[in-house]
Amino acid sequence: MTTTPAIAARELTRTFGDFVAVDHISFDVQPGEVFGFLGANGAGKTTAIRMLTGLLAPTSGSATVAGYDISREGEDVKRSIGYMSQKFSLYEDLTVSENIRLYGGIYDLSSGEIADRMRRILTRLGLEHAARSLVRDIPLGWKQKLAFSVALLHEPRVVFLDEPTSGVDPITRRQFWELIYETARGGTTVLVTTHYMDEAEYCDRISIMVAGRIAAIGTPAELKANAGVASIDELFVRLARPAASVA
Amino acid sequence: MTHTGVAANADVVIEGLVKRFGTTSALDGVSFSVGRGELFGVIGPDGGGKTTLFRILVTLMVPDGGSARVFGLDVVRDLWALRQRIGYMAGRFSLYPDLSVEENLRFFASVFGTTIAEQYEQIAPIYSQLEPFKARRAAALSGGMKQKLALCCALVHRPDILVLDEPTTGVDAVSRREFWDLLATLKATGLTMLVSTPYMDEADRCDRVALMQRGRLLAVDQPAAITRSFDRPLFDVRAPDRYRALLALRGYAHTHSVFPFGETLHFTDDRADLDPARIQQEAAAALERAGIAGATVTPGTVTIEDSFMARMGAPEAMPEAPGGRAA
Repeated sequence: MTTTPAIAARELTRTFGDFVAVDHISFDVQPGEVFGFLGANGAGKTTAIRMLTGLLAPTSGSATVAGYDISREGEDVKRSIGYMSQKFSLYEDLTVSENIRLYGGIYDLSSGEIADRMRRILTRLGLEHAARSLVRDIPLGWKQKLAFSVALLHEPRVVFLDEPTSGVDPITRRQFWELIYETARGGTTVLVTTHYMDEAEYCDRISIMVAGRIAAIGTPAELKANAGVASIDELFVRLARPAASVA
Repeated sequence: MTHTGVAANADVVIEGLVKRFGTTSALDGVSFSVGRGELFGVIGPDGGGKTTLFRILVTLMVPDGGSARVFGLDVVRDLWALRQRIGYMAGRFSLYPDLSVEENLRFFASVFGTTIAEQYEQIAPIYSQLEPFKARRAAALSGGMKQKLALCCALVHRPDILVLDEPTTGVDAVSRREFWDLLATLKATGLTMLVSTPYMDEADRCDRVALMQRGRLLAVDQPAAITRSFDRPLFDVRAPDRYRALLALRGYAHTHSVFPFGETLHFTDDRADLDPARIQQEAAAALERAGIAGATVTPGTVTIEDSFMARMGAPEAMPEAPGGRAA
Protein backbone atom coordinates (compact mmCIF):
# COMPACT_ATOMS: atom_id res chain seq x y z
CA MET A 1 0.00 0.00 0.00
CA THR A 2 1.50 3.32 -1.07
CA THR A 3 -0.85 5.76 0.65
CA THR A 4 0.26 7.12 4.02
CA PRO A 5 -1.99 5.68 6.72
CA ALA A 6 -4.30 8.17 8.41
CA ILE A 7 -3.32 6.63 11.74
CA ALA A 8 -0.22 4.52 12.31
CA ALA A 9 0.57 3.32 15.84
CA ARG A 10 3.83 1.48 16.56
CA GLU A 11 4.34 -0.24 19.92
CA LEU A 12 2.39 2.61 21.49
CA THR A 13 2.54 2.30 25.29
CA ARG A 14 1.37 4.25 28.30
CA THR A 15 1.84 3.38 31.93
CA PHE A 16 0.44 5.02 35.07
CA GLY A 17 2.73 3.98 37.92
CA ASP A 18 2.83 0.18 37.79
CA PHE A 19 -0.29 -0.02 35.68
CA VAL A 20 0.16 -0.55 31.94
CA ALA A 21 -2.93 1.08 30.45
CA VAL A 22 -1.84 0.67 26.82
CA ASP A 23 0.63 -2.11 26.17
CA HIS A 24 2.65 -1.92 22.90
CA ILE A 25 -0.22 -1.56 20.45
CA SER A 26 0.47 -1.33 16.72
CA PHE A 27 -2.13 -0.76 14.02
CA ASP A 28 -2.84 1.25 10.86
CA VAL A 29 -6.01 2.96 9.74
CA GLN A 30 -6.26 3.88 6.05
CA PRO A 31 -7.63 7.17 4.71
CA GLY A 32 -11.41 7.08 4.34
CA GLU A 33 -11.80 4.04 6.56
CA VAL A 34 -14.46 3.70 9.26
CA PHE A 35 -12.52 2.04 12.06
CA GLY A 36 -14.34 0.70 15.13
CA PHE A 37 -12.21 0.92 18.28
CA LEU A 38 -13.79 -1.50 20.73
CA GLY A 39 -12.93 -2.78 24.18
CA ALA A 40 -14.34 -3.35 27.63
CA ASN A 41 -14.42 -0.46 30.13
CA GLY A 42 -10.87 -0.05 31.39
CA ALA A 43 -9.27 -1.91 28.48
CA GLY A 44 -7.26 1.17 27.48
CA LYS A 45 -9.33 2.71 24.66
CA THR A 46 -9.61 6.15 26.23
CA THR A 47 -5.91 6.29 27.06
CA ALA A 48 -5.04 5.27 23.49
CA ILE A 49 -7.38 7.93 22.06
CA ARG A 50 -5.92 10.59 24.35
CA MET A 51 -2.45 9.76 23.00
CA LEU A 52 -3.61 9.75 19.37
CA THR A 53 -5.30 13.14 19.80
CA GLY A 54 -2.17 14.68 21.32
CA LEU A 55 -3.60 15.09 24.83
CA LEU A 56 -1.33 12.58 26.57
CA ALA A 57 2.31 11.72 25.90
CA PRO A 58 3.16 8.06 25.30
CA THR A 59 5.54 6.35 27.73
CA SER A 60 7.15 4.60 24.78
CA GLY A 61 6.45 3.75 21.18
CA SER A 62 5.19 6.17 18.56
CA ALA A 63 2.29 7.06 16.34
CA THR A 64 1.47 9.32 13.44
CA VAL A 65 -1.95 10.84 12.82
CA ALA A 66 -2.64 12.50 9.45
CA GLY A 67 1.09 12.05 8.81
CA TYR A 68 2.21 13.99 11.91
CA ASP A 69 4.14 12.53 14.81
CA ILE A 70 2.06 12.70 17.98
CA SER A 71 5.10 13.34 20.20
CA ARG A 72 6.91 15.96 18.14
CA GLU A 73 4.12 17.54 16.08
CA GLY A 74 1.24 17.68 18.54
CA GLU A 75 -0.06 21.04 17.32
CA ASP A 76 -0.20 19.83 13.71
CA VAL A 77 -2.03 16.72 14.89
CA LYS A 78 -4.62 18.82 16.70
CA ARG A 79 -5.22 20.97 13.62
CA SER A 80 -5.74 17.87 11.47
CA ILE A 81 -8.25 16.04 13.65
CA GLY A 82 -11.81 16.46 14.84
CA TYR A 83 -13.17 15.07 18.10
CA MET A 84 -16.63 14.45 19.41
CA SER A 85 -17.72 12.67 22.55
CA GLN A 86 -21.09 11.84 24.01
CA LYS A 87 -20.14 13.54 27.25
CA PHE A 88 -19.01 16.88 25.92
CA SER A 89 -19.43 18.35 22.52
CA LEU A 90 -21.31 21.65 22.35
CA TYR A 91 -21.99 24.60 24.65
CA GLU A 92 -25.56 24.24 25.88
CA ASP A 93 -25.94 27.94 26.67
CA LEU A 94 -24.98 29.08 23.19
CA THR A 95 -27.23 28.91 20.14
CA VAL A 96 -26.64 26.53 17.25
CA SER A 97 -25.05 29.24 15.10
CA GLU A 98 -22.98 30.61 18.01
CA ASN A 99 -21.50 27.17 18.57
CA ILE A 100 -20.58 26.87 14.91
CA ARG A 101 -19.03 30.35 14.93
CA LEU A 102 -17.10 29.64 18.13
CA TYR A 103 -15.52 26.46 16.77
CA GLY A 104 -14.84 28.17 13.44
CA GLY A 105 -12.95 30.85 15.35
CA ILE A 106 -10.99 28.31 17.40
CA TYR A 107 -9.85 26.64 14.18
CA ASP A 108 -8.94 29.99 12.64
CA LEU A 109 -11.42 29.90 9.75
CA SER A 110 -12.16 33.20 7.95
CA SER A 111 -15.61 34.73 8.49
CA GLY A 112 -16.42 33.91 4.87
CA GLU A 113 -15.55 30.25 5.43
CA ILE A 114 -17.55 30.14 8.65
CA ALA A 115 -20.64 31.64 6.99
CA ASP A 116 -20.30 29.26 4.09
CA ARG A 117 -19.91 26.12 6.23
CA MET A 118 -22.63 27.25 8.62
CA ARG A 119 -25.07 27.37 5.68
CA ARG A 120 -23.94 23.94 4.50
CA ILE A 121 -24.35 22.33 7.94
CA LEU A 122 -27.75 23.88 8.62
CA THR A 123 -29.03 22.81 5.20
CA ARG A 124 -27.60 19.29 5.42
CA LEU A 125 -29.18 18.72 8.83
CA GLY A 126 -32.41 20.58 8.07
CA LEU A 127 -31.68 22.95 10.96
CA GLU A 128 -32.10 26.28 9.13
CA HIS A 129 -35.00 27.40 11.32
CA ALA A 130 -33.18 26.38 14.51
CA ALA A 131 -30.01 28.43 13.97
CA ARG A 132 -30.99 30.75 16.83
CA SER A 133 -32.22 28.04 19.23
CA LEU A 134 -30.13 27.34 22.30
CA VAL A 135 -28.38 23.99 22.01
CA ARG A 136 -29.89 22.99 25.37
CA ASP A 137 -33.36 23.22 23.78
CA ILE A 138 -32.78 20.90 20.85
CA PRO A 139 -33.42 17.13 21.05
CA LEU A 140 -30.49 14.84 21.86
CA GLY A 141 -30.40 13.20 18.43
CA TRP A 142 -30.06 16.55 16.69
CA LYS A 143 -27.47 17.69 19.19
CA GLN A 144 -25.34 14.67 18.36
CA LYS A 145 -25.63 15.22 14.60
CA LEU A 146 -24.77 18.89 15.07
CA ALA A 147 -21.81 18.02 17.30
CA PHE A 148 -20.50 15.68 14.61
CA SER A 149 -20.83 18.39 11.94
CA VAL A 150 -19.03 20.87 14.20
CA ALA A 151 -16.22 18.35 14.73
CA LEU A 152 -15.84 18.33 10.92
CA LEU A 153 -16.03 22.12 10.55
CA HIS A 154 -12.33 22.62 9.87
CA GLU A 155 -12.31 19.69 7.42
CA PRO A 156 -10.03 17.46 9.47
CA ARG A 157 -8.46 14.41 7.86
CA VAL A 158 -9.22 12.20 10.84
CA VAL A 159 -12.19 12.40 13.20
CA PHE A 160 -12.47 10.62 16.57
CA LEU A 161 -15.98 9.78 17.78
CA ASP A 162 -16.28 8.58 21.37
CA GLU A 163 -19.62 6.81 21.92
CA PRO A 164 -21.40 9.24 19.62
CA THR A 165 -24.77 7.44 19.65
CA SER A 166 -25.27 6.66 23.37
CA GLY A 167 -28.89 6.91 24.39
CA VAL A 168 -30.32 8.20 21.09
CA ASP A 169 -33.38 6.53 19.58
CA PRO A 170 -32.80 3.66 17.14
CA ILE A 171 -33.83 5.58 14.01
CA THR A 172 -31.67 8.60 14.84
CA ARG A 173 -28.80 6.23 15.66
CA ARG A 174 -28.99 4.87 12.12
CA GLN A 175 -29.23 8.36 10.60
CA PHE A 176 -26.06 9.18 12.51
CA TRP A 177 -24.28 6.24 10.92
CA GLU A 178 -25.29 7.50 7.50
CA LEU A 179 -23.53 10.76 8.32
CA ILE A 180 -20.47 8.68 9.21
CA TYR A 181 -20.61 6.81 5.89
CA GLU A 182 -20.97 10.04 3.90
CA THR A 183 -18.03 11.55 5.75
CA ALA A 184 -15.83 8.53 5.09
CA ARG A 185 -16.78 8.54 1.41
CA GLY A 186 -15.56 12.12 1.26
CA GLY A 187 -12.12 10.78 2.29
CA THR A 188 -12.19 11.61 6.01
CA THR A 189 -11.00 8.82 8.27
CA VAL A 190 -13.32 7.93 11.15
CA LEU A 191 -12.27 6.22 14.38
CA VAL A 192 -15.34 5.41 16.47
CA THR A 193 -16.00 3.75 19.85
CA THR A 194 -19.34 2.25 20.81
CA HIS A 195 -21.04 -0.07 23.27
CA TYR A 196 -23.66 -1.06 20.68
CA MET A 197 -22.22 -4.24 19.22
CA ASP A 198 -24.43 -4.07 16.11
CA GLU A 199 -22.66 -0.81 15.27
CA ALA A 200 -19.34 -2.64 15.23
CA GLU A 201 -20.66 -4.47 12.17
CA TYR A 202 -21.10 -1.15 10.34
CA CYS A 203 -17.35 -0.48 10.44
CA ASP A 204 -14.92 -1.30 7.62
CA ARG A 205 -12.53 -2.74 10.20
CA ILE A 206 -12.53 -3.02 13.96
CA SER A 207 -10.07 -3.70 16.74
CA ILE A 208 -10.92 -5.15 20.14
CA MET A 209 -8.71 -4.10 23.05
CA VAL A 210 -8.34 -6.34 26.08
CA ALA A 211 -6.18 -5.33 29.04
CA GLY A 212 -4.16 -2.74 27.09
CA ARG A 213 -3.49 -4.91 24.05
CA ILE A 214 -5.22 -5.38 20.73
CA ALA A 215 -6.70 -8.87 20.98
CA ALA A 216 -8.26 -8.87 17.52
CA ILE A 217 -8.18 -6.64 14.44
CA GLY A 218 -9.73 -7.03 10.98
CA THR A 219 -12.97 -6.68 9.05
CA PRO A 220 -16.03 -7.80 11.00
CA ALA A 221 -16.56 -10.62 8.48
CA GLU A 222 -12.95 -11.90 8.83
CA LEU A 223 -13.03 -11.78 12.60
CA LYS A 224 -16.31 -13.68 12.81
CA ALA A 225 -15.16 -16.29 10.29
CA ASN A 226 -11.81 -16.82 12.06
CA ALA A 227 -13.43 -17.18 15.46
CA GLY A 228 -16.36 -19.21 14.17
CA VAL A 229 -18.94 -16.91 15.78
CA ALA A 230 -22.19 -15.44 14.46
CA SER A 231 -21.77 -11.88 15.71
CA ILE A 232 -19.19 -9.40 16.93
CA ASP A 233 -21.08 -9.37 20.23
CA GLU A 234 -20.24 -13.05 20.70
CA LEU A 235 -16.58 -12.49 19.81
CA PHE A 236 -16.36 -9.48 22.12
CA VAL A 237 -17.72 -11.40 25.07
CA ARG A 238 -15.39 -14.31 24.40
CA LEU A 239 -12.30 -12.09 24.24
CA ALA A 240 -13.16 -9.67 27.00
CA ARG A 241 -14.73 -11.91 29.61
CA PRO A 242 -11.57 -13.13 31.41
CA ALA A 243 -10.21 -9.59 31.74
CA ALA A 244 -13.51 -8.04 32.75
CA SER A 245 -13.81 -10.05 35.94
CA VAL A 246 -10.87 -8.15 37.44
CA ALA A 247 -11.84 -4.94 39.21
CA MET B 1 -52.69 -2.02 22.32
CA THR B 2 -51.03 -1.24 25.66
CA HIS B 3 -52.56 -4.27 27.28
CA THR B 4 -52.14 -3.57 30.96
CA GLY B 5 -53.12 -6.99 32.28
CA VAL B 6 -53.62 -5.87 35.88
CA ALA B 7 -53.09 -9.03 37.86
CA ALA B 8 -54.79 -9.50 41.23
CA ASN B 9 -51.39 -9.76 42.91
CA ALA B 10 -49.80 -6.80 41.13
CA ASP B 11 -47.05 -5.15 43.20
CA VAL B 12 -47.09 -1.99 41.09
CA VAL B 13 -50.20 -0.39 39.58
CA ILE B 14 -49.78 2.80 37.59
CA GLU B 15 -52.77 4.59 36.10
CA GLY B 16 -52.72 7.60 33.78
CA LEU B 17 -49.53 9.02 35.24
CA VAL B 18 -48.73 12.56 34.07
CA LYS B 19 -45.70 14.74 34.80
CA ARG B 20 -44.90 18.04 33.13
CA PHE B 21 -41.77 20.17 33.22
CA GLY B 22 -42.73 23.60 31.86
CA THR B 23 -44.29 22.91 28.47
CA THR B 24 -42.71 19.46 28.13
CA SER B 25 -44.75 16.38 29.03
CA ALA B 26 -42.25 13.99 30.56
CA LEU B 27 -45.04 11.49 31.26
CA ASP B 28 -48.15 11.73 29.16
CA GLY B 29 -50.71 9.31 30.60
CA VAL B 30 -48.69 6.20 31.47
CA SER B 31 -50.50 3.06 32.70
CA PHE B 32 -49.19 -0.43 33.43
CA SER B 33 -48.82 -2.92 36.24
CA VAL B 34 -46.07 -5.22 37.46
CA GLY B 35 -46.84 -8.59 39.03
CA ARG B 36 -45.26 -10.16 42.12
CA GLY B 37 -41.80 -11.49 41.30
CA GLU B 38 -41.77 -10.07 37.79
CA LEU B 39 -38.63 -8.71 36.12
CA PHE B 40 -40.09 -5.77 34.22
CA GLY B 41 -38.09 -3.70 31.72
CA VAL B 42 -38.75 -0.10 30.68
CA ILE B 43 -36.95 0.35 27.38
CA GLY B 44 -36.38 3.47 25.32
CA PRO B 45 -34.00 6.25 24.33
CA ASP B 46 -32.89 9.16 26.55
CA GLY B 47 -35.54 11.76 27.14
CA GLY B 48 -38.36 9.22 26.97
CA GLY B 49 -39.47 9.65 30.57
CA LYS B 50 -37.91 6.54 32.14
CA THR B 51 -36.12 8.38 34.93
CA THR B 52 -39.14 10.56 35.75
CA LEU B 53 -41.35 7.47 35.95
CA PHE B 54 -38.95 5.72 38.33
CA ARG B 55 -38.47 8.80 40.53
CA ILE B 56 -42.23 9.00 41.02
CA LEU B 57 -42.40 5.28 41.80
CA VAL B 58 -39.75 5.53 44.49
CA THR B 59 -41.49 8.57 46.08
CA LEU B 60 -38.81 11.10 45.13
CA MET B 61 -41.10 13.11 42.86
CA VAL B 62 -44.80 13.95 42.88
CA PRO B 63 -46.87 13.39 39.72
CA ASP B 64 -49.09 16.11 38.21
CA GLY B 65 -51.85 13.62 37.44
CA GLY B 66 -52.82 9.97 37.64
CA SER B 67 -51.77 7.60 40.38
CA ALA B 68 -49.11 5.05 41.25
CA ARG B 69 -49.42 2.42 43.95
CA VAL B 70 -46.74 0.01 45.13
CA PHE B 71 -47.91 -2.86 47.35
CA GLY B 72 -51.23 -1.02 47.49
CA LEU B 73 -49.55 2.03 49.03
CA ASP B 74 -49.87 5.39 47.31
CA VAL B 75 -46.52 6.90 46.29
CA VAL B 76 -47.60 10.38 47.42
CA ARG B 77 -49.58 9.73 50.61
CA ASP B 78 -47.77 6.68 51.94
CA LEU B 79 -44.19 7.59 51.11
CA TRP B 80 -42.70 6.83 54.52
CA ALA B 81 -44.15 3.34 54.64
CA LEU B 82 -43.03 2.71 51.09
CA ARG B 83 -39.43 3.86 51.40
CA GLN B 84 -38.63 1.01 53.80
CA ARG B 85 -39.75 -1.49 51.21
CA ILE B 86 -38.16 -0.08 48.04
CA GLY B 87 -34.58 -0.50 46.90
CA TYR B 88 -33.58 2.17 44.37
CA MET B 89 -30.51 2.50 42.24
CA ALA B 90 -30.30 5.92 40.58
CA GLY B 91 -29.11 6.38 37.01
CA ARG B 92 -26.06 8.34 38.00
CA PHE B 93 -23.49 6.78 40.29
CA SER B 94 -24.68 8.11 43.63
CA LEU B 95 -22.45 6.47 46.22
CA TYR B 96 -19.74 8.25 48.19
CA PRO B 97 -16.60 8.20 46.02
CA ASP B 98 -14.29 8.89 48.99
CA LEU B 99 -15.65 6.06 51.11
CA SER B 100 -14.49 2.51 50.62
CA VAL B 101 -16.67 -0.27 49.29
CA GLU B 102 -17.33 -1.54 52.81
CA GLU B 103 -17.94 1.94 54.25
CA ASN B 104 -20.52 2.75 51.58
CA LEU B 105 -22.37 -0.46 52.26
CA ARG B 106 -22.19 0.00 56.04
CA PHE B 107 -23.55 3.53 55.67
CA PHE B 108 -26.56 2.49 53.60
CA ALA B 109 -27.26 -0.37 56.01
CA SER B 110 -27.17 2.01 59.00
CA VAL B 111 -29.57 4.47 57.32
CA PHE B 112 -32.13 1.67 57.34
CA GLY B 113 -31.23 0.57 60.85
CA THR B 114 -29.50 -2.66 59.92
CA THR B 115 -25.97 -4.03 59.47
CA ILE B 116 -23.99 -5.82 56.80
CA ALA B 117 -23.71 -8.89 59.02
CA GLU B 118 -27.46 -9.09 59.53
CA GLN B 119 -28.16 -8.86 55.81
CA TYR B 120 -25.21 -10.86 54.60
CA GLU B 121 -27.26 -13.65 53.11
CA GLN B 122 -29.33 -11.23 51.01
CA ILE B 123 -26.35 -9.48 49.47
CA ALA B 124 -23.90 -12.41 49.40
CA PRO B 125 -24.27 -13.35 45.70
CA ILE B 126 -23.11 -9.85 44.74
CA TYR B 127 -21.05 -8.78 47.73
CA SER B 128 -18.86 -11.87 47.49
CA GLN B 129 -17.57 -10.49 44.18
CA LEU B 130 -16.77 -7.15 45.80
CA GLU B 131 -15.28 -8.38 49.07
CA PRO B 132 -11.73 -8.78 47.74
CA PHE B 133 -11.81 -5.01 47.08
CA LYS B 134 -13.73 -3.92 50.17
CA ALA B 135 -11.03 -1.49 51.30
CA ARG B 136 -10.87 0.23 47.92
CA ARG B 137 -12.37 3.70 47.52
CA ALA B 138 -15.57 3.59 45.46
CA ALA B 139 -14.12 6.16 43.05
CA ALA B 140 -11.33 3.73 42.12
CA LEU B 141 -13.65 0.91 41.06
CA SER B 142 -14.25 -0.04 37.43
CA GLY B 143 -17.62 0.85 35.90
CA GLY B 144 -18.97 -2.68 36.25
CA MET B 145 -17.87 -2.94 39.89
CA LYS B 146 -19.42 0.43 40.75
CA GLN B 147 -22.72 -0.87 39.46
CA LYS B 148 -22.42 -4.00 41.58
CA LEU B 149 -21.70 -1.95 44.68
CA ALA B 150 -24.67 0.33 43.96
CA LEU B 151 -26.85 -2.77 43.60
CA CYS B 152 -25.59 -4.09 46.94
CA CYS B 153 -26.39 -0.78 48.64
CA ALA B 154 -29.91 -0.85 47.15
CA LEU B 155 -30.41 -4.37 48.50
CA VAL B 156 -28.93 -4.05 51.97
CA HIS B 157 -32.18 -3.19 53.76
CA ARG B 158 -33.90 -6.24 52.24
CA PRO B 159 -36.45 -4.40 50.07
CA ASP B 160 -39.48 -6.13 48.56
CA ILE B 161 -38.99 -4.41 45.22
CA LEU B 162 -35.94 -3.17 43.35
CA VAL B 163 -36.12 -0.16 41.02
CA LEU B 164 -32.99 0.18 38.89
CA ASP B 165 -32.62 3.20 36.62
CA GLU B 166 -30.35 2.42 33.67
CA PRO B 167 -27.90 0.23 35.57
CA THR B 168 -26.11 -0.80 32.35
CA THR B 169 -25.82 2.52 30.52
CA GLY B 170 -22.29 3.22 29.34
CA VAL B 171 -21.20 -0.20 30.58
CA ASP B 172 -19.46 -2.50 28.08
CA ALA B 173 -21.19 -5.51 26.55
CA VAL B 174 -19.49 -8.01 28.86
CA SER B 175 -20.26 -6.20 32.12
CA ARG B 176 -23.82 -5.69 30.91
CA ARG B 177 -24.28 -9.43 30.55
CA GLU B 178 -22.81 -10.07 33.98
CA PHE B 179 -25.15 -7.52 35.50
CA TRP B 180 -28.19 -9.15 33.93
CA ASP B 181 -26.95 -12.53 35.17
CA LEU B 182 -26.97 -11.06 38.68
CA LEU B 183 -30.51 -9.80 38.21
CA ALA B 184 -31.54 -13.30 37.12
CA THR B 185 -30.07 -14.64 40.39
CA LEU B 186 -32.06 -12.08 42.37
CA LYS B 187 -35.20 -12.88 40.44
CA ALA B 188 -34.90 -16.49 41.57
CA THR B 189 -35.36 -15.25 45.16
CA GLY B 190 -38.79 -13.86 44.22
CA LEU B 191 -37.84 -10.17 44.26
CA THR B 192 -39.96 -7.89 42.05
CA MET B 193 -37.78 -5.73 39.80
CA LEU B 194 -38.19 -2.76 37.49
CA VAL B 195 -35.20 -2.00 35.29
CA SER B 196 -34.84 0.72 32.65
CA THR B 197 -32.39 0.58 29.76
CA PRO B 198 -31.69 2.26 26.43
CA TYR B 199 -30.30 -1.03 25.03
CA MET B 200 -33.04 -2.82 23.12
CA ASP B 201 -31.15 -6.12 23.11
CA GLU B 202 -31.64 -6.35 26.88
CA ALA B 203 -35.41 -6.76 26.45
CA ASP B 204 -35.03 -10.53 26.19
CA ARG B 205 -33.75 -10.70 29.75
CA CYS B 206 -37.11 -9.39 31.06
CA ASP B 207 -40.41 -11.18 31.68
CA ARG B 208 -42.30 -8.24 30.25
CA VAL B 209 -41.23 -4.88 28.86
CA ALA B 210 -42.72 -1.45 28.26
CA LEU B 211 -41.37 0.34 25.19
CA MET B 212 -41.25 4.02 26.04
CA GLN B 213 -40.77 7.13 23.97
CA ARG B 214 -41.50 10.81 24.59
CA GLY B 215 -43.52 10.16 27.72
CA ARG B 216 -45.75 7.48 26.23
CA LEU B 217 -45.75 3.70 26.19
CA LEU B 218 -45.61 2.23 22.69
CA ALA B 219 -46.30 -1.30 23.94
CA VAL B 220 -46.40 -3.38 27.14
CA ASP B 221 -46.01 -7.12 26.77
CA GLN B 222 -43.67 -10.11 26.80
CA PRO B 223 -40.73 -9.46 24.45
CA ALA B 224 -41.69 -12.41 22.24
CA ALA B 225 -45.28 -11.20 21.97
CA ILE B 226 -44.10 -7.74 20.91
CA THR B 227 -41.93 -9.07 18.11
CA ARG B 228 -44.68 -11.53 17.08
CA SER B 229 -47.11 -8.68 16.61
CA PHE B 230 -44.90 -7.05 13.94
CA ASP B 231 -47.37 -6.47 11.15
CA ARG B 232 -45.52 -7.67 8.03
CA PRO B 233 -42.82 -10.06 6.86
CA LEU B 234 -39.27 -8.85 7.38
CA PHE B 235 -36.28 -9.70 5.16
CA ASP B 236 -32.51 -9.69 5.60
CA VAL B 237 -30.67 -8.07 2.72
CA ARG B 238 -26.97 -8.76 2.37
CA ALA B 239 -24.69 -7.08 -0.15
CA PRO B 240 -20.94 -6.48 -0.36
CA ASP B 241 -21.65 -2.74 -0.53
CA ARG B 242 -24.28 -2.36 2.16
CA TYR B 243 -24.53 1.41 1.92
CA ARG B 244 -25.30 1.38 -1.82
CA ALA B 245 -27.85 -1.38 -1.27
CA LEU B 246 -29.49 0.80 1.41
CA LEU B 247 -29.72 3.76 -0.96
CA ALA B 248 -31.04 1.51 -3.76
CA LEU B 249 -33.80 0.11 -1.54
CA ARG B 250 -34.76 3.61 -0.42
CA GLY B 251 -35.41 4.36 -4.10
CA TYR B 252 -37.46 1.17 -4.61
CA ALA B 253 -41.17 1.87 -5.16
CA HIS B 254 -42.46 -0.79 -2.73
CA THR B 255 -40.17 -0.15 0.24
CA HIS B 256 -42.05 0.28 3.52
CA SER B 257 -38.90 0.45 5.66
CA VAL B 258 -35.20 -0.28 5.29
CA PHE B 259 -32.70 -0.01 8.15
CA PRO B 260 -29.10 -1.15 8.67
CA PHE B 261 -28.95 -3.98 11.24
CA GLY B 262 -25.47 -5.20 12.01
CA GLU B 263 -24.11 -6.85 8.88
CA THR B 264 -27.52 -6.89 7.15
CA LEU B 265 -30.27 -4.50 6.14
CA HIS B 266 -33.79 -5.15 7.46
CA PHE B 267 -36.33 -4.59 4.70
CA THR B 268 -40.14 -4.58 4.69
CA ASP B 269 -42.46 -4.16 1.71
CA ASP B 270 -45.43 -1.78 1.73
CA ARG B 271 -47.68 -4.54 0.35
CA ALA B 272 -48.14 -6.25 3.72
CA ASP B 273 -50.42 -9.02 2.42
CA LEU B 274 -48.43 -10.00 -0.65
CA ASP B 275 -46.94 -13.51 -0.74
CA PRO B 276 -43.57 -13.28 1.04
CA ALA B 277 -41.88 -15.34 -1.68
CA ARG B 278 -42.91 -12.75 -4.23
CA ILE B 279 -41.77 -9.83 -2.08
CA GLN B 280 -38.42 -11.55 -1.76
CA GLN B 281 -38.07 -12.14 -5.54
CA GLU B 282 -39.12 -8.65 -6.48
CA ALA B 283 -36.80 -6.97 -3.97
CA ALA B 284 -33.88 -9.05 -5.24
CA ALA B 285 -34.79 -8.10 -8.82
CA ALA B 286 -34.99 -4.42 -7.85
CA LEU B 287 -31.51 -4.56 -6.31
CA GLU B 288 -30.16 -6.17 -9.46
CA ARG B 289 -31.77 -3.50 -11.66
CA ALA B 290 -30.13 -0.86 -9.45
CA GLY B 291 -26.77 -2.44 -10.22
CA ILE B 292 -26.10 -3.86 -6.73
CA ALA B 293 -23.85 -6.87 -7.30
CA GLY B 294 -24.11 -10.01 -5.20
CA ALA B 295 -27.13 -8.96 -3.11
CA THR B 296 -29.24 -11.62 -1.41
CA VAL B 297 -32.70 -11.30 0.14
CA THR B 298 -33.77 -13.90 2.73
CA PRO B 299 -36.49 -14.12 5.39
CA GLY B 300 -35.29 -12.36 8.56
CA THR B 301 -36.11 -12.35 12.27
CA VAL B 302 -37.92 -9.43 13.87
CA THR B 303 -36.12 -7.95 16.90
CA ILE B 304 -37.44 -5.67 19.64
CA GLU B 305 -35.61 -2.83 17.93
CA ASP B 306 -37.55 -3.42 14.68
CA SER B 307 -40.77 -3.35 16.68
CA PHE B 308 -39.70 -0.19 18.47
CA MET B 309 -38.89 1.61 15.23
CA ALA B 310 -42.13 0.49 13.59
CA ARG B 311 -44.11 1.83 16.54
CA MET B 312 -42.20 5.01 17.29
CA GLY B 313 -43.11 6.77 14.03
CA ALA B 314 -40.89 9.72 13.17
CA PRO B 315 -37.80 10.36 15.28
CA GLU B 316 -37.82 13.38 17.52
CA ALA B 317 -38.67 16.49 15.50
CA MET B 318 -36.99 19.85 15.80
CA PRO B 319 -38.91 22.74 17.28
CA GLU B 320 -40.54 24.73 14.48
CA ALA B 321 -39.00 28.08 15.29
CA PRO B 322 -36.85 29.56 18.06
CA GLY B 323 -39.00 29.83 21.15
CA GLY B 324 -41.95 28.19 19.42
CA ARG B 325 -41.45 24.58 20.43
CA ALA B 326 -43.79 22.14 18.79
CA ALA B 327 -45.79 20.37 21.50
